[in-house]
Amino acid sequence: MDLTTTYMGLKLKNPLVPSASTLSEKIDNLRKMEDSGAAAVVCYSLFEEEIIQESRELNDRLNQGTESFFEATSYFPEPDKLLIGPDFYLEHIRKAKAAVGIPIIGSLNGCSEGGWVQYAKLIQDAGAVALELNIYFMSTDAASQSEQIERVYLEILKAVKAQVTIPVAVKLSPFFSAMASMAKRLEQAGADGLVLFNRFYQPDIDLEALEVVPNVLLSTPQALRLPLRWIGILNGRVGISLAATSGIHNADDVLKLIMAGADVTMLCSALFQKGVGHLTTVLNEMTRWMEEHEYESIKQMKGSLSQRSSANPAAFERANYMKALRTFRG
Amino acid sequence: MSKKQVTIDGNEAVGIVAHKTNEVIAIYPITPSSNMGEHADEKSANGEKNLWGIVPLVQEMQSEAGAAGAVHGALQTGALTTTFTASQGLLLMIPNMFKIAGELTATVFHIAARSVAAHALSIFGDHSDVMAVRSTGWAQLASASVQETMDNALIAQAATLESRVPFIHFFDGFRTSHEVSKIEELEESVMRDMLPDDLILAHRARAMSPDRPVLRGSAQNPDVFFQSREACNPYYIACPDIVQKTMDKFAGLTGRHYHLFDYVGAPDADRLVVIMGSGADIAHEAVEYLVARGEKVGVLKVRLYRPFSIEHFVDALPKSVKIIAAMDRTKEPGAPGDPLYMDVVNAFVESNGSGPHPKVIGGRYGLSSKEFTAAMVKGIFDEMAKPQPKTHFTVGIVDDVTHSSIDYDPEFSTEPDDVVRAMFFGLGSDGTVSANKNSIKIIAEGTPNYGQGYFVYDSKKAGTLTVSHLRFGPRPIRSSYLISQANFAACHQFVFMEKYDVLKNLVEGGTFLLNAPYGPDEVWDKIPRSAQEQIMRKKIKFYVIDAYDVGRKTNMGVRINTIMQTCFFAISGVLPREEAIAAIKESIVHTYGKRGEEVVKMNFNAVDQALANMYEVKYPCNASSEISMRRPVPEEAPEFVQKLTAMIIAGRGDELPVSAFPVDGTYPTGTTQWERRNIAQDIPVWNSDICIQCGKCAMVCPHASIRIKVYDSRLLDQAPATFKSVNAKDKEFAGQKYTIQIAPEDCTGCGVCVDVCPARSKTETKIKALNMALQLPLREPESENWEFFKRIPEVDRSKVRTNLVRQAQLLQPLFEFSGACAGCGETPYLKLMTQLFGDRAVCANATGCSSIYGGNLPTTPYAMNADGRGPTWNNSLFEDAAEFGLGFRLSIDTQAGFAQQLVKNLESVLGTELVEGLLNAVQKDEADIYAQRERVKILKQKLQGMQTSEARQLLAIADMLVKKSVWIIGGDGWAYDIGFGGLDHVIASGKNVNLLVLDTEVYSNTGGQASKSTPRGAVAKFASGGKQAGKKDLGLIAMSYGNVYVASVAFGAKDEHTLRAFLEAEAYDGPSLIIAYSHCIAHGINMETALEEQKAAVDSGHWPLYRYNPQLAAEGKNPMQLDSRPPKIPVKDYCYRETRFKMLTKTKPEEAKRLMELAQQDVDNRRSLYEYLAGRPFSAEGTQQ
Repeated sequence: MDLTTTYMGLKLKNPLVPSASTLSEKIDNLRKMEDSGAAAVVCYSLFEEEIIQESRELNDRLNQGTESFFEATSYFPEPDKLLIGPDFYLEHIRKAKAAVGIPIIGSLNGCSEGGWVQYAKLIQDAGAVALELNIYFMSTDAASQSEQIERVYLEILKAVKAQVTIPVAVKLSPFFSAMASMAKRLEQAGADGLVLFNRFYQPDIDLEALEVVPNVLLSTPQALRLPLRWIGILNGRVGISLAATSGIHNADDVLKLIMAGADVTMLCSALFQKGVGHLTTVLNEMTRWMEEHEYESIKQMKGSLSQRSSANPAAFERANYMKALRTFRG
Repeated sequence: MSKKQVTIDGNEAVGIVAHKTNEVIAIYPITPSSNMGEHADEKSANGEKNLWGIVPLVQEMQSEAGAAGAVHGALQTGALTTTFTASQGLLLMIPNMFKIAGELTATVFHIAARSVAAHALSIFGDHSDVMAVRSTGWAQLASASVQETMDNALIAQAATLESRVPFIHFFDGFRTSHEVSKIEELEESVMRDMLPDDLILAHRARAMSPDRPVLRGSAQNPDVFFQSREACNPYYIACPDIVQKTMDKFAGLTGRHYHLFDYVGAPDADRLVVIMGSGADIAHEAVEYLVARGEKVGVLKVRLYRPFSIEHFVDALPKSVKIIAAMDRTKEPGAPGDPLYMDVVNAFVESNGSGPHPKVIGGRYGLSSKEFTAAMVKGIFDEMAKPQPKTHFTVGIVDDVTHSSIDYDPEFSTEPDDVVRAMFFGLGSDGTVSANKNSIKIIAEGTPNYGQGYFVYDSKKAGTLTVSHLRFGPRPIRSSYLISQANFAACHQFVFMEKYDVLKNLVEGGTFLLNAPYGPDEVWDKIPRSAQEQIMRKKIKFYVIDAYDVGRKTNMGVRINTIMQTCFFAISGVLPREEAIAAIKESIVHTYGKRGEEVVKMNFNAVDQALANMYEVKYPCNASSEISMRRPVPEEAPEFVQKLTAMIIAGRGDELPVSAFPVDGTYPTGTTQWERRNIAQDIPVWNSDICIQCGKCAMVCPHASIRIKVYDSRLLDQAPATFKSVNAKDKEFAGQKYTIQIAPEDCTGCGVCVDVCPARSKTETKIKALNMALQLPLREPESENWEFFKRIPEVDRSKVRTNLVRQAQLLQPLFEFSGACAGCGETPYLKLMTQLFGDRAVCANATGCSSIYGGNLPTTPYAMNADGRGPTWNNSLFEDAAEFGLGFRLSIDTQAGFAQQLVKNLESVLGTELVEGLLNAVQKDEADIYAQRERVKILKQKLQGMQTSEARQLLAIADMLVKKSVWIIGGDGWAYDIGFGGLDHVIASGKNVNLLVLDTEVYSNTGGQASKSTPRGAVAKFASGGKQAGKKDLGLIAMSYGNVYVASVAFGAKDEHTLRAFLEAEAYDGPSLIIAYSHCIAHGINMETALEEQKAAVDSGHWPLYRYNPQLAAEGKNPMQLDSRPPKIPVKDYCYRETRFKMLTKTKPEEAKRLMELAQQDVDNRRSLYEYLAGRPFSAEGTQQ
């Protein structure tokens, strides 16, 4: 069975790629991922805010109370060097590359046009074979126009592309009025791939404390419908790689997304719930299904049920919505 | 020849040499010498090697006595070893110093000389410590400047190795230890040349070794001890020549030639000052000035004070001298003269017998860093010129009691015109001092100019005034005194304009820079009239910037240092503007680069914005302001406060004469209430509609600025219009009114009360029952409300259920408005103690944060209630608080026993009912105490008229019949380290004392050095590489006695638990130990939300809550009650909230990981042990079944 696939020019042994998460913070986990069959791994993200926040917070804490009192002009020793900013991350990429044979894809997360994009080059230099650019932007300003926001995405991408020679994928949120157009513009701006979709973690309310609190919910299998739809639509409409992420829990999910047109499928929640070893199960079940259904390769099935290739292209569009609601009987 | 110039302070200069020339360094923190140990620790943690290529081992000890012992041991086994200390620290080393000298062991102790505590503690500089160790047999070498500290550190090291006499190398605490100055750094090659291998090898050869065994430390008897003691004489006789030879060699290598006594002045001088330490350089400056004007004066600088070489001394003097003033920076009450004076007199007697010699007078100056200036030196010379000069005089103070002081003209100045003199008035938190330290480096290291910086802070830890004194000039600067005539002054805080005369020292035509929330067109009318008048009169160039606005816009927040520094360079002209800006930016990269690019970016932005927002103020030629300077204390303050305290608050303490002071260090309590510091930008405002009356806000308030009262509604008739009041919710107070009132001028604005407030608006949850609002608009109405609130009677203590936080917080705090940090984690415990027991508390306080905010002048926080009762407080030493407190208990118990005896003896005249009442009073609760006080009142009335000895004796001690509560207070440095031996003995004594350990897990007061309480993996000074060992379990040690009440509490995690522990501890008739988690600025946390740290500490199991009550054991129950649940979060989730732990992940990530894993094991093991202790079966006898 030929499970190979190509993602942004990278030849991968199969379409299973663990997506960016804290699982990849441990080198041991990366080894397990490789052993369990992962074709590549997207390393956890280097966050723009985290770098800025960390730097400011450390500065505030080290300044606090200093030069205020005769007996205590400072409260901490002053080390020669502090590992601030991307140093840790880059070191981790280097270690990861040394520890495993599968390709390491770096991940950079931010939302502004700032100096942080230069970290892309450092991630490349540290050994990442590709970069996932996660532009997680929440527009809460009622005065800001969608056009402006879309331009920011494109500018960030261009700035990053100018820094690196490795392929760059953009991880997007689904909240674009003109998703297809946006995908096309990103392609034109130099994206080598699109990762669909970013999961926006929504806040929760703590009823006892009467506070709004952050709360990470793992994805459910239902979440894959959104990437499934858009990968199905975009397959063929854009000429760049498509990666599916969100709600991929088992072999069926993987197969569906590949049929919709995904080059790779990215898993995260399932690995948190079932362990990294779950990759082997998915891989085995995929293979079995393909054998049972007499498929020869991933290449063969890729995009076979995309909007362009399916018998019912309307199923991806508004008509499907209407039909679904009308036929639903609880 | 070495020519590398550096700009550093005296401590750093010594630290460099000491680290390069030693192999073992034993350290212990004590101000102002701690920084030397810190430099050594950091260097070793960074892997810096000494001259011989090894990284010196730096070992923190439990006390200076311990450090001296470790040094002694390391020396005896052949390592080059040193230590650093001051004041009481040096005194603790005395026994070992005798031994080290007796064994002729080569070493140098570097001493930042500091006052020894007498009528009061002082951290400041004088020679009372080094003079107190004269008899130990150590050589004493004095440095007068930062350059000399570096040079003499090396000279002493070389001389001790050759002479075998151990050396004290001393310099003036703060004035030299903390003065930043441009000096020539000694190169390693010079150090190597000064320390030839032969000297090192000889030291090694004297070491103890089982391969060539010897015995030292024998015990000797009357037959031989004396002769044996005299056997060392040749070494002391040879020592001065060896030192001079070493100084000569040093001169050959560096060009700086020192002598045992250095003379400066007219060759034919008739008047001479003999002096050592920084005063010598000041005298040098004054003498040069006077000689240039034809005066026949001179100064003899003493460098080698011990062994005192009479021969060298006499040789150094010009033969023309007729009168000498020997100046001592110490006081020996009762002695015929102070030490240097006595030595000078003796030198003439010994060298010249009864023959003619100059007249010698003695003078005392500069105790506790009292300013010593060129003007005073001139005053001394003027005094010597009088026909009958005073001897044993004082200079720099007004002694109107024994009239020892001499006059001088304070206007006399020797400062040359080509020296730029700049003064900066800042707030501790605004970064002014940091900026100025940078500026000195920029100028001194970037230009041929010399630079000097000295920094003065006030005595508070929050809202501190800092005054920076900077000088720049073409020659080395000897002016080791504060600037009195400045060409430039900057006021970084607008509120200071009303409080301090910041323009006083500015010369005519000088430049003044003001940070004000007003533009160039409005600021003129916003400053006090007196400031306007000075500006006009002195034709001052006046600039203004709204630095806080620039700070906000550039994300700098309240750190306006870079902004103000940029303005200084832009208008002072010390450097060409463009060059200065480039240098500032370079310095920013150097200083902040390692904290991340973002921080550098922010600062760069601040530099650019500062220039764009500074304006020159074109002022009119008339003073139009209606604003006047604020009174330091209100008119209604008591006389003592008006006369003495107010002067100190106003910064005029130097003007107070001797007669203004108590003779024995006794001060009234409750004086913080008069200071009204107004340091908060924002203060809490009570929303009475939302409040649930839980009392948590008052419980957590570190400054007792939030008070609660319940009272009769009729009192509201006189209430101010904005005074808030609601019905009391507690059934015990049904029908009464309830008010939470903020003391607006005393609040520090820390915000902890708002953070803890659990009540939220139903319609807008961001609104709580307390919300922060700008202080300025609230100051006046809330002050009026506060004054009214104070007049409402306190709650009837007998009606309060003290075991409920919401009711206990109705009790009047007798600890208020201390100078502790905003958001302090210690003070809420002290306040609670005073609320519960303050009216009968006797406090013994170990030195540390709690003794500084508890007892540092000008004002002190322990207060009195309306009956005039309140805590009485004293600080003995750092190490002996437990013993000191036990002494209180023994004394009180003895007197109470004697009083009871006398009551019995006088039964016939006092009446049986009263006698039985007095003797059988249980005094368990507030009602009992009240009843006993009433009985004592009757007793006193009856005794008043009686003249018998017994009656008079009883009257004097009748108050002892009311139960007294002894509290022994200190931090973890005291309890875990230096005072542990005493603490252990006191809890073993079984006596009824309460020990409160305010555990910040670090030496907070001296700037964050590790203690044995510091948790594993935390970074602290003296543990730069992360604390290796786990935290000592002090509670478990105390529990092992079985009869000690022990509680581990964290008020931010469970306030009711803390309250219960305090009540039980005090009620227990035996020793009680409360270990109280105290969050601290030294943890690197957000102080506003510090209670979250306390919760996380408990939730992670790092800080278990428990009570071990021996009373329960007596009842057959298990005394151990584990009050916190099993850990909910891993310990790292607590630790990595705090910079002290996080820092190691930024310096040594692998080590951080390793230590954190061990820290988790510590927590797990401790929890298992405690669960076992709390769960084990227990019999009535207290034995384990």
